[in-house]
Amino acid sequence: MAEANHSPLAQFEINRLVPIELGGVDVSFTNSALLMVASLAGITLFMMLGMRRRALVPGRWQCLAEVTYEFIANLLRDTVGSDGRRYFPFIFALFMFILFGNLLGMLPYSFTFTSHIVVTFVIAMMVFVGVTVVGFIKHGMHFFSFFVPPGLPIVLWPLMIPIEIVSYLSRPISLAIRLFANMTAGHTMLKVFAGFIPALGAAGILPLAFVTALTGLEILIAFLQAYVFTVLTCLYLSDALRLH
Amino acid sequence: MEAAAAKLIGAGLAAVGMFGASIGIGNIFAAFITAVARNPAAASDVTQMTWIGFALVEAIALYGLVIAFLILFVF
Repeated sequence: MAEANHSPLAQFEINRLVPIELGGVDVSFTNSALLMVASLAGITLFMMLGMRRRALVPGRWQCLAEVTYEFIANLLRDTVGSDGRRYFPFIFALFMFILFGNLLGMLPYSFTFTSHIVVTFVIAMMVFVGVTVVGFIKHGMHFFSFFVPPGLPIVLWPLMIPIEIVSYLSRPISLAIRLFANMTAGHTMLKVFAGFIPALGAAGILPLAFVTALTGLEILIAFLQAYVFTVLTCLYLSDALRLH
Repeated sequence: MEAAAAKLIGAGLAAVGMFGASIGIGNIFAAFITAVARNPAAASDVTQMTWIGFALVEAIALYGLVIAFLILFVF
């Protein structure tokens, strides 16, 4: 069974499952795309089958579906207020997609599509551009007053405004890196410690126990990172809508 | 010094930056435990902020890790 030295980073490689080429552009169906489709299917099945009964007193599955809905709805209402309701489909889809992506990556031999910076960066840019566009639609050119901290003397404007602009532009970068680095670091650590188990023989029970605890931690991180991404999206949205 | 050796040293140095984040995470949960110990009724109020704070501080540790990976694999 001892194959060539498998690096702990080999799990992040993209494999083309169905090679497709359109006019010189490689649009193959990859393992990343497969997991994204699986995430979508998981969310759809979870919500639709959960709400199939539509009982007034919910059974267990319906309870789960309703709790998930309420969790995000309350989060949106607490951060953005009642005019955030129109953004609920987007925020809910964002949270569930990242959550299911993170969780499906915890299955053995699976692939975590959120562990690629290109995927998380696109999601973060969608959020950033969307929130900025919402801000401009609502406030027009007055949106730029967001970069002037309230109560600041005019002499400090040339110093603070570039700092505010840079910190605003760093938001999609930090969103993307936070999710990508958490997933990559977690899975790499799992593989590194798992590699110690056969190497130690009988004493391999220690790294095995540690990998078990680490897997539990990674599931917590999966939930937490999806939640934090969503909370920060709601906060940025509330910033754009209220300009402070 | 050859590039490969310098990369390894650079990656090791970049990972030292996670030390600050470990102090930060300890601070957050120390504050959480103190707050709940002083006022157990406030537990549900502070729990949400605790987890958000933890995720934000851990992100900084991982920015350091990203720099280490950048040095190792991109340059």
